[in-house]
Amino acid sequence: MSTNRRLKAVLLAISALVLVFVYLPLAVVFVNSFSISPTFTWPPPGWTLQWWRLAFHSAGARDALLTSVEVALCATAIALVLGTLAGLALRRTRFFGRNVVSLLIILPIALPGIVTGIALNNAFRTMLGVDLGFVTIVIAHATFCIVTVFNNMQARLQRIGPSLEQASADLGAGPFRTFALVTFPMLRSALLAGALLAFGLSFDEIVVTTFTAGPQVQTLPLWIFQNLFRPNQAPVVNVVAAVLVLTSAIPIYFAQRLSGDSVNATAAP
Amino acid sequence: MTDTEQSLAPARASALGRFEGLRTFVLLVPPMAWLGVAYLTALGALFVTSFWSQDDFTGQIVRVFTLENYQTIWDVSVYHTITFRTIGLAALVTVVDAMLAFPIAFYMAKMATPRGRRLMVISVLMPLWASYLVKAYAWRGMFSENGVIDWLGQPFGISSPGYGLTATAVTLAYLWLPYMILPIFAGLERVPDSLFEASNDLGAGSLTTLRRVVLPMAFPAVVAGSIFTFSLSLGDYIAVQIVGGPTQLLGNVIYANVGSANNLPFAAALSTIPAAVMLVYLAVVRRSGALDNL
Repeated sequence: MSTNRRLKAVLLAISALVLVFVYLPLAVVFVNSFSISPTFTWPPPGWTLQWWRLAFHSAGARDALLTSVEVALCATAIALVLGTLAGLALRRTRFFGRNVVSLLIILPIALPGIVTGIALNNAFRTMLGVDLGFVTIVIAHATFCIVTVFNNMQARLQRIGPSLEQASADLGAGPFRTFALVTFPMLRSALLAGALLAFGLSFDEIVVTTFTAGPQVQTLPLWIFQNLFRPNQAPVVNVVAAVLVLTSAIPIYFAQRLSGDSVNATAAP
Repeated sequence: MTDTEQSLAPARASALGRFEGLRTFVLLVPPMAWLGVAYLTALGALFVTSFWSQDDFTGQIVRVFTLENYQTIWDVSVYHTITFRTIGLAALVTVVDAMLAFPIAFYMAKMATPRGRRLMVISVLMPLWASYLVKAYAWRGMFSENGVIDWLGQPFGISSPGYGLTATAVTLAYLWLPYMILPIFAGLERVPDSLFEASNDLGAGSLTTLRRVVLPMAFPAVVAGSIFTFSLSLGDYIAVQIVGGPTQLLGNVIYANVGSANNLPFAAALSTIPAAVMLVYLAVVRRSGALDNL
């Protein structure tokens, strides 16, 4: 018993240290956004709200944010449809290609982003002769977002089992009616969790985006990356970063409301 | 899954089976057209491009089969150095993450109170939603001259190693840590407590139980997490630009060849290295059952 308690204390101490390691840099970003020093001098030599004011009026940041939200919404919508179809198709059936299909869905996220990025860049420009822009980003993002929806669906479908749908069929409902009245309501929260993850994944992506964005369209990560190394823009980037850290609480709140699913869900991407 | 099929009466099962076969096919057409046809074709085309070459004068791609690109990678030693550095870094990041993630995941899954567990899950998830760039940028601040690490280390005579390979390793380990914690947590949560009690009853101490019961059961989950940490590190070229100083990784070289050098065939040949490493890795870990733990 005493070894157990000691083990518990050691593990708790390590866990606490890991969490400090996780949160310290984020806290530093937040504090630095109020620092008068445009470099990262620590401790901050003085305090100002100037960067927050500048960031608030930065048209570039605002446009980029809007683009990112639009891209993420479109990509999520496509991923929802394709992921749901694939999830439904693979349930209860054990056909030879089952593993191939799951592997194919995982592949865009398991392969390094730069490979997917160049492959799509090459396909769009050289093979199809399409100009890179908003649509190409959406297509690229949807490709690697399918897996989050699919995984959430799979987990949920395994848990609910087929009996309720069989009951519905026995009571005379056709396949579509059963889907609409029985299956879909049971899947709804899993779909939401998957969609939330897909949105987050798309909103944050930069590697594949770099290769599929073209010169006209700029998502928020692209904007941040471009302004990171400009000395007079760096403090503004710091503010945007601080805002992003704070707003990350919103999806967490929603994910938690979708109860235990969020854990399974995030293990996915 | 199979038990349902067995429970159905034979006649109904065969009729349903035919219907389900058709249903599976129809449902699979759109996602497979997207992934199986469009995405795989793009990957295949990239592979084909790696056997073409670039005309140095016109900048046009010459569509004639050649092994020139692979020959260059094979002959020029700097590409070997960069490849091994990248794979080594990805492996290091994966090991560090597994070591950091295991204690906290174990505590979350098996020792925390329900309320404590919920709080810890949120604490681990939260940084996952903070932007990738923000986190890499945060470490730029940590490692900078007169930055936080200098300040923290000053009393102990430690100074920041500056931007370089160490900073890159720390940053990547930091970035991918939640991807390791969450699968291990989910994996351990599924292990029933009774197994630990049984091991205890049979006279095993905590450490023996950890080594002989917990670790083997958690292994597939660790492997599942490693797919993400390894793959994400292997292809990264952004974090290394932010905190890596002059460090070159495979990603940087590929990026430079697509962008400024504009030599797509050579970039394609280079990108087969991380893709091949990942495919081999996936093929190996498939046997461990890790793919079901994703």
